[in-house]
Amino acid sequence: MFTYLVRRLIYVLPVAIGVSMFCFLLVHIAPGDPLTAIMPVDATQEEQAAMRSAYGLDKPLPVQYAIWISKAVQGDLGKSIATGRPVSGEVMRAVANSLLLAAAASVIAFPIGIFLGFLAGYFRDTIFDRAITAVAITGVSVPNYWLGIVLVIVFSVQLGWLPSMGAGPGGSGEWAWDYAHMRHLILPAVTLAVVPIGIVARTIRALVGDIFSMDFVQALYAKGMRHPDVLRHVIRNAAPTALSVIGLQLGYLLGGSILIETVFNWPGSGFLLSNAIFQRDLPLLQGTILVLALFFVTANLIVDVAQAAIDPRIKRT
Amino acid sequence: MALKSLRVAALAAVALTALAATPFSAWAAGTLRVGMTASDIPLTTGQTDQGGEGMRFMGYTVYDSLIEWDLTSADKPSVLIPGLATEWSVDPDDQTKWTFKLREGVKFHDGSDFTAQNVVWNLDKLLDADSEQYDPRQSAQGKSRIPAVASYTAIDDLTLEITTKTPDATLPYQLAWILMSSKANWEAHGKSWEEVAKEPSGTGPWKLESFVPRERAELVPNETYWDETRIPKLDKMVLMPLPEPNARTAALLSGQVDWIEAPAPDTIPALTGNGFNIVSNAYPHNWTWHLSRLEGSPWNDIRVRKAANLAIDREGLGALLGGLMVPAKGFLPPSSQWFGKPTFDVKFDPEAAKALLAEAGYGPDKPLKVKALISPSGSGQMLPLPMNEYVQQNLADVGIEVEFMVVEWNQMINLWRAGAADPAVEGSESINFTYFIQDPFTGLIRHLSCDLIAPNGTNWGHYCDPEMQELFKQIRTTFDAAEQDEVLRKTHEKFVNEALFLMVTHDVAPRAMSPKVEGFVQAQNWYQNFSSISMAE
Repeated sequence: MFTYLVRRLIYVLPVAIGVSMFCFLLVHIAPGDPLTAIMPVDATQEEQAAMRSAYGLDKPLPVQYAIWISKAVQGDLGKSIATGRPVSGEVMRAVANSLLLAAAASVIAFPIGIFLGFLAGYFRDTIFDRAITAVAITGVSVPNYWLGIVLVIVFSVQLGWLPSMGAGPGGSGEWAWDYAHMRHLILPAVTLAVVPIGIVARTIRALVGDIFSMDFVQALYAKGMRHPDVLRHVIRNAAPTALSVIGLQLGYLLGGSILIETVFNWPGSGFLLSNAIFQRDLPLLQGTILVLALFFVTANLIVDVAQAAIDPRIKRT
Repeated sequence: MALKSLRVAALAAVALTALAATPFSAWAAGTLRVGMTASDIPLTTGQTDQGGEGMRFMGYTVYDSLIEWDLTSADKPSVLIPGLATEWSVDPDDQTKWTFKLREGVKFHDGSDFTAQNVVWNLDKLLDADSEQYDPRQSAQGKSRIPAVASYTAIDDLTLEITTKTPDATLPYQLAWILMSSKANWEAHGKSWEEVAKEPSGTGPWKLESFVPRERAELVPNETYWDETRIPKLDKMVLMPLPEPNARTAALLSGQVDWIEAPAPDTIPALTGNGFNIVSNAYPHNWTWHLSRLEGSPWNDIRVRKAANLAIDREGLGALLGGLMVPAKGFLPPSSQWFGKPTFDVKFDPEAAKALLAEAGYGPDKPLKVKALISPSGSGQMLPLPMNEYVQQNLADVGIEVEFMVVEWNQMINLWRAGAADPAVEGSESINFTYFIQDPFTGLIRHLSCDLIAPNGTNWGHYCDPEMQELFKQIRTTFDAAEQDEVLRKTHEKFVNEALFLMVTHDVAPRAMSPKVEGFVQAQNWYQNFSSISMAE
């Protein structure tokens, strides 16, 4: 197990470097000038050149990358071009908000998804199965930003029960565990949870159905094992794959959905990313993508290790 | 009975005393929550970012300029009025020397005095890269607004002298861009603009009380503001960045904000149906195609330019925009003080357009083909895709075939700066770019001046005409305001008579607000006065 962990950690390093190079280059490929957002549209050539030099954008790309990555490993992601604020602070604050939203969506999505999936798999080819599959397919197929708008129209505009935007009522920008703040979490979390519910339910359904039709399950019954004990075996066999799907969905939730956070004006990483894109705020864009990509890599690592802990066969492969 | 009367009298006396001692804010009326289109709180240190919206909400609220716009009337175009400077004059013997008398007794929010030395310090903040208060961020926003300024000096506490590079009568308009921050506050914050950004200090009618990046800013009245008529009536104004139009509308409909900027046209029926008010007014902003005048451009033929202008069905376009537009009759809005009396009537007359094209050698067998640069979105661009498609159809109807080159907005800005001759525009003969046309320089001169041909300036189309150049010179050397207005009218008449742009429409700066918002007068200006607003119960 220890060797496996070390090996997986070593694999992470080139992936992280690759990701950092990719996200650095990606934002340079897009047309346009990253300083456009902060310069008046009629800035002279001299003013443009001075700004470019001040932000180090006149240096060759490899040099820019070397400077950026050497600072990034020390936690310094530079300063936002649009606001002048340190990118690391902006990203961490946004990631904290996205984590909060992801946690709320996870609390909704995974238990419901697992429960529905198990139910459908257990009662395969029954009315239960068909109903749950229909719900799951709808959940995956409905564009979640559209669903977000519908929820806003119904629960905020028509009924006036829940707020449609922001992460809280106050002006402090700090999250608090009270009703006034939690009300702001409900609509975006529900919207964000819909896709993972569908995906997790469909995966678990297929898994559970397959495992029930396997020979070893019949053998367990033939040996006279009681139904709850057989179920335990089924769950244990389904767990690694389910964990892997949940892990991927966690990555999706952590990255935040740009559209959902934009619809609800939720100040998370997806919202930050969309602002950074619109403002062509290069350091902010690079920093946000890097942090989110590293979150994905870390989530995958955790899932791999958890899978290995559950299923000893994985260590050998 | 006597005792009861005494008690009532005593209570009344206490109440009256309390009322007399009550600070102004207790008389103020409510909180106004504004949903801005910006994605962040505009830069708070003085010279703001986020374009016109930044100046509107964080600029002219917290700060003042030497010369300001009169924002009190909805019925006439805004004109310049004294601000922190009470009067100004140019030396008749040396028309590069200006003297400004500054307002006495003005204090910054931090309590320090506003003086001429402070103005010098603020100009250094933008123009002198060697000064310790030089701020590249503010300089990026302000330096290009005052191209005329060569030097400046404080004669005494309340007298300032500014020298321009050449005689330039547009200096007052240029100075209306420049906002005065407090030197004492900057020093108190360790001479760090990053720290000042958290607790800024201006002389404006509003004070920034608190501020959460990307979420909200709270402004409260400056109860000792020098202009008593502009002390805000509200208790508080809250600014929230809501860049997504549907999110803005939902926030207004669900009562989380009271005022939104730029509601999407298709949400207006829902808003008015729910009792919200849509407020709009003509303002100096246009939606045009800037035409290439390079050799070989079909737009070099005045008949073609006039034909295109006559081909546009502006009333039909108005229907597409929910009526929220002013059909163009020129480059400036018809209500502008500089509109003049052009002889070319910009109207919808497709038959006249076809005749002009035929005269120019084009017809059904030989259609005119042009390429136009457009963007799918952008600051102030209204609804560029459907509007351009509409224009494309109108032009096709008279025999002008338009091919679009669609680029993302930031790239569009770069191509606009690069100019029509740059290979990156791939031979496009026009660019759809909306223009801020509030003052003589940004409104007229910069688009067509020979010395500002791109990439040296913003004359995208490489137009250069001696007669126009002479008019620009006259604008800059006519120091009497009324006479200068006359020259500006003549200049605009030339813009229209020679159909120098494809003049399509003017935006009307629509904003939607709760019926509780009272007292707002939408000036014909990019900036607005929020001091007169109160909130009904």
